[in-house]
Amino acid sequence: MQFNRKTIDKGKGEVIIIDMSEKILLNENGMKIILLGNEAIVRGALESGVGFASTFPGTPTSEIGDTFAKVANKVGIYFEYSTNEKVALEGAAGAALSGVRSTVSFKQYGLNVSSESAFPLAYVGVRAGMVIVVADDPSCWSSAQSEQDSRYYARLGHIPMLEPANSQECKDFTKIAFDLSEKFNLPVFLRLTTRVSHTRGVVTLGRIVKGRTKGKFLKDSIKFRNFPPYIIETHKELHRKLEAIRRISEEIEINFFVNEDVKNDLGIIASGVSFNYVMDALDHLKMNLPVFKLGLTYPIPEEKIRNFIKNLKSILVVEEIEPILEKSINSLAKDVNPELRVFGRSGYLPTAGELTEEAILLTISKITGKKLDYDLIAHKEDYNKLKIARRFPLMCPGCPHRATFFATKSATGEDTTFIGDIGCYILGIFPPFETQDIIFSMGASEGLIHGIKKVSDQKVIAFIGDGTFFHAGIPALINTVFNKSNPLIIILDNRTTAMTGHQPNPTVGVTGMGDQTKAIAIEDIVKACGVENVKVVDSFNVKEMEKTVGEFLQNDKVSVIVAKRECQLLAVRRKRREGKAIPKFNIDKSRCNGCGICLYQLGCPAISVENGVFDINEDLCTGCAVCVRICPKRAIKVVR
Amino acid sequence: MTESDIIVTGIGGQGVLTLANVIAWSALREGLDVKTSELHGLAQRSGTIPCHVRFGEKIYSPLVLEGKANLIIGLEPLEALRACYYGSKKNKTVFLINSYEVIPLSIFVAKEKYPSLNYIINALKSFSANVITLDASEKVKNTTGGIISTNIYILGYASAKKLIPLKKQSILKGMKEVIPKRYLELNKKVFDLGFKAGQ
Repeated sequence: MQFNRKTIDKGKGEVIIIDMSEKILLNENGMKIILLGNEAIVRGALESGVGFASTFPGTPTSEIGDTFAKVANKVGIYFEYSTNEKVALEGAAGAALSGVRSTVSFKQYGLNVSSESAFPLAYVGVRAGMVIVVADDPSCWSSAQSEQDSRYYARLGHIPMLEPANSQECKDFTKIAFDLSEKFNLPVFLRLTTRVSHTRGVVTLGRIVKGRTKGKFLKDSIKFRNFPPYIIETHKELHRKLEAIRRISEEIEINFFVNEDVKNDLGIIASGVSFNYVMDALDHLKMNLPVFKLGLTYPIPEEKIRNFIKNLKSILVVEEIEPILEKSINSLAKDVNPELRVFGRSGYLPTAGELTEEAILLTISKITGKKLDYDLIAHKEDYNKLKIARRFPLMCPGCPHRATFFATKSATGEDTTFIGDIGCYILGIFPPFETQDIIFSMGASEGLIHGIKKVSDQKVIAFIGDGTFFHAGIPALINTVFNKSNPLIIILDNRTTAMTGHQPNPTVGVTGMGDQTKAIAIEDIVKACGVENVKVVDSFNVKEMEKTVGEFLQNDKVSVIVAKRECQLLAVRRKRREGKAIPKFNIDKSRCNGCGICLYQLGCPAISVENGVFDINEDLCTGCAVCVRICPKRAIKVVR
Repeated sequence: MTESDIIVTGIGGQGVLTLANVIAWSALREGLDVKTSELHGLAQRSGTIPCHVRFGEKIYSPLVLEGKANLIIGLEPLEALRACYYGSKKNKTVFLINSYEVIPLSIFVAKEKYPSLNYIINALKSFSANVITLDASEKVKNTTGGIISTNIYILGYASAKKLIPLKKQSILKGMKEVIPKRYLELNKKVFDLGFKAGQ
């Protein structure tokens, strides 16, 4: 292992290292640094001797994989971006079954994809610690799709779960999770939410431990053969393990009380990031209430909770997304305190969206009558009176998807339906394109379009990205051929997984650890799936794209257009690195007739109009020249 | 001591996260507890999500309570307006606004209206004790040829005006931790420019 020590001033504890990957590798026990929650997970894994890490990038967990990608070579461990979450989990399971500590991370929907293998994994168990990191996205800030509460999976899969509330806990809980996993030969969940993953906070470092990276899978005549009737025995064993972990949860220091000695009719039970909001709400209300903070949230410490609630008149349960703890506490109260009033996410706190300090503060106010020194509700009402123009999420200036959407729209009529998928191109949902009439899950566009084409003669086009195609698009494409359907599918190949931060995918020819590997051409796979009508078109070649879309829509067999063009953010960075100029354009006012196609139909963020005069903002323009190609008056010219 | 609650807002590419991160490291260099909250992925593509920075002796929530911000830095006026509910007259919030407008596409494709700077400043007044507007991007462009380090100009200005309760030395240390070495000298120059403007 190489660690950069020379820049550390021991006396002042200062670290002047810019690269975060170097900061995360500081082996200075006791030093305090600032880490993103996701980075702290990686640090926790490194302090636990992890040997294998895998992921499929998905916000809000993307930086876990990206951080592993930066440090894996330096610390001599294995890391990969897998093609989907199920493969990622299976890889990590294979390592843990061979005696190497492993971790896998993904967003909530990724857990759905991987769950088919996560459940049997709990049955067969592991031989070295394995931590499954899953992040939910309350309020859908970063991943759209759904406000799924992944804590149900812990209950469904008999898998223990820990929920850190800040960066320090992200690191510490990762270590506890590895130890717990190894002690009970069970995979362990770490459940994050967006405000934990994407919060930076102070972390006190421990020591990085060099773990095993090589192991051996030892056969066992029954243990790993998940097959009846032995399954019934392992199921019983799982329940025994969970009961043993329940006893640990009664004592473990990460389930702790605040203001334990305060006598009050109202108590609070909190987990995850919302514990922080509770502490601040009490501070702002100048109140002391007894709070039980749960870090190990499955299985829960039933005895401690019974003791806590038996003398209370009411309890507020504060948790992210669904009323899961609340329902458990309701049933525990039936034994020890049937009169107890339980407030939580079944109605007193919002039933959807992320929790906020405001919501918790107002609920405590409502229960206790204690008020904040100003009126939060009136304050927000004043704000809501203001007129504030929206700023849609946008495809970047020069984004190849914009050109593809423009061409597709101009080649089709109003009667066309567009099936969307998951990736940057989801932003086609907004004007001027509105090319995402249905959005489901990774790879779903191909399955959906197949069903629609089977029952209708509608004009339908499905869009799917390159990473998404590799993730779940291949089986669905084969299905269209096998079952003789005739959709038009446009695969948006921008040579990267852009939305989550430009992770390499199989088109690129480079692995997550930076090694050269075989680049897999999408058109080759499409042909191998049995598709006869395949064409690769440069996304910036609008005319060619329009022509191809028009032709392919007439086909009576499945057709695929691979719209190929590197993500413009990467292209610009590469050009700058190579010292190449990025061309700049402006509009010749004498030729421009103000038709507005470049602005109202192409929707380029670098173009604007004031008093009927169109202009290009040089600071924003990335030189894609698509506007030049579509301008009917040839009024857009290169200036340098 | 009481906590310092700061909101940094703007649009993608203006250095919102970098500025928040510099303030965070500066606070750590004074031995304080600190948290920031940011959003990535889909949220980042819009660039309209404010970044929260809170520091003090002990910090729990990564988010500023509505109305409690001490300082709101708006690298773009419309985005300052969008985040203004974090400020209030009662808590004597100060707004520090860069007057450089970035017109959102909604103005053109959804026929919405970009408010005048006067409308914005008047609206902000009812959520604050003081609104300061700076033509920071223009000043930076005149000096460096680009607008990229506008965030650091504003940091320098805020430091001189003592709007961020951290020593100048600590802030310079924070910059060293966050800003890539090859851009550090330029950013120090821009910081000084802002600092002088604030003196």
